[in-house]
Amino acid sequence: MEVIRTQLNKPADGDDFRIQQRRSRDLLRGDLSDEELEEYVQSKIITTTLDKAVAWARGNAMFPATFGLACCAIEMMSIVAARVDVARFGFEAFRASPRQADLLILSGRISIKMAPVVRRIYDQMLEPKYSIAMGACSSSMGVFNNYALVPADKFMPVDIHVPGCPPRPEALMHGILKLRQQIQLDPAMSWRERYGAGETIEVMPDEGERLLAEARTEDDAVAMQLPEAPRA
Amino acid sequence: MSTVDKHFGSVGAKSAYRQMEESIDLSSMEQHLPGDGATHELLTLNMGPHHPATHGVLRLLVTLDGEIVRDIKPIIGYVHTGIEKTAEQKAYWKAIPVVERMDYLAYFFNAYTFCGAVETLTETEVPKRAQYLRVIHMELNRIMSHLVWLGTSALDLGAMSMFWYCFREREAILDLFEYSTGQRMHTRYFQVGGVMEDIPAGWAAKAKDFAQKMPGRVDQYGALLNKNEILLQRLRGVCPLGEDVLLELGVTGPLLRASGNPWDLRKAMPYCSYEDFDFKIPVGTSGDNYDRFAVRMQEMKESSAIILQALEGLPEGPHITDDRKIALPPRHELATSMEALIHHFKLVTEGFRVPEGEAYFPIEGPRGELGCFVRSDGSSKPARVHMRDPSFVNLQATAAMCQDAYIADLIATLAMMDPVLGGIDR
Repeated sequence: MEVIRTQLNKPADGDDFRIQQRRSRDLLRGDLSDEELEEYVQSKIITTTLDKAVAWARGNAMFPATFGLACCAIEMMSIVAARVDVARFGFEAFRASPRQADLLILSGRISIKMAPVVRRIYDQMLEPKYSIAMGACSSSMGVFNNYALVPADKFMPVDIHVPGCPPRPEALMHGILKLRQQIQLDPAMSWRERYGAGETIEVMPDEGERLLAEARTEDDAVAMQLPEAPRA
Repeated sequence: MSTVDKHFGSVGAKSAYRQMEESIDLSSMEQHLPGDGATHELLTLNMGPHHPATHGVLRLLVTLDGEIVRDIKPIIGYVHTGIEKTAEQKAYWKAIPVVERMDYLAYFFNAYTFCGAVETLTETEVPKRAQYLRVIHMELNRIMSHLVWLGTSALDLGAMSMFWYCFREREAILDLFEYSTGQRMHTRYFQVGGVMEDIPAGWAAKAKDFAQKMPGRVDQYGALLNKNEILLQRLRGVCPLGEDVLLELGVTGPLLRASGNPWDLRKAMPYCSYEDFDFKIPVGTSGDNYDRFAVRMQEMKESSAIILQALEGLPEGPHITDDRKIALPPRHELATSMEALIHHFKLVTEGFRVPEGEAYFPIEGPRGELGCFVRSDGSSKPARVHMRDPSFVNLQATAAMCQDAYIADLIATLAMMDPVLGGIDR
């Protein structure tokens, strides 16, 4: 299957750019003043800088969940230790409750029995939340590649994959820094922007069918991707 | 309904274990205390599989009477990886990497017990130098495993800074592993018939330096912990279990030695030249949590002593057997010898064949008796690989230990048991 990745947040197209040019000229001439100027500044400067400030803060103060699965969990513990010292980047406050955490590091092999638990932990985390698949097993079932395991991509979205078996602490650190870069500089890199997944909604067990049916009628393109209604 | 569905329906009858497991829900149930005039009910609490104090993905169903634990049911299988089955589908020497990943804090032990079983079947003579190198790496591994145990257990008991000290020394050991084997964890250094490569120049001096420093470091940990009133109150006299009960449950390793039984396979059934070394077996007296803690602390010192002796007496000679049917020929021979090339090709494509038979090879792992059972049908792949993992057997003792103890002591006991879930579920 071919995967085509396009950036949804395209740079301003021709019209927008001309409007911006005209606005800037007005601004320089002094035509834009008072309320209009205020509005312009509000829309252009403050919001963007606020977004950047939030992204900067968010990327520098991640709380990973205390969640170890297998071998990789030992190497995940070493990134907190003195040599690599993840505290330099603000990732050191491991939280025992998923409700206080915003990063899930899948450190190890995920068995079919464990997958629903992992998914539930991820669902319990509050937005904005991120996940790192650490090691070969959680990305691709690794050396085992057998009946018992399931790769993380099959049941939850993953932001960063870190290769290795297990990855060195430095490799995990590299993944963490990539995640920080993604959050701070380029949100379009994440799966949220690509798939338009801005928010999480809670779906009760009996509502799923109705929501799927609604989505199918709303948009033909969506209907192509959605699973078919189960046959009676 | 097709025949396949019918077949599935008949197989789908649930086992008793599955039924028990599925019958568990999180709703509150009223359970009356035995006897008349009961005024309160028991509470069944689910702990795990995601709980920071279970040291992995262990799930415990705890029945509580107020704060007192009345019963524990461990539910395992959350990191079941099918390693035993995968090992059966690989040639003997290609099964070593997957076997190593079972108990992920004792990878040298896993590799050695598997190699040892295969060597027993093939009747391979392992050179003395290889045996000594194995001992050095296994004892370093034992210290490393105990360091991870100490750091995480102390964290559970509230001593944060121990974690950083323990991981400082652990990094030093992993540096040694990386220097000699190329990997920090899951090194695949042990081969059937010896070790993969000889140690590099300068390694012995670095290892010696570490082994000389380590006992002093253990004393430093002791200075931090042994006089700590909080730690002592949480460990001393908490959740003891006698030797008889432990033996009935099949518990081995530091847990058994803490109760006063000096059973250690390194002394009881020496393997891999352990009879050459002079070391002591630390034992406890009362079998409580403090003894479990103290035994492991002493074991780290004894392991350092073994490493020093092995480095001192490291014999010269080959690091792997000369049997070309089992061990790969040296690289330089491939350019000149046709026979070496044929052996190399045969080993890499098919692997070596092992005569029919079965072998069980027990060794003393960091957590107790670690044994590998291998049955061979004469082909180049094992017919059955089974591990007797100490964590799995020791876990049985949880309920007996924590009976009528406080739930806070359950956390301390679990920490002092040091189960590794990768080894339990495999």
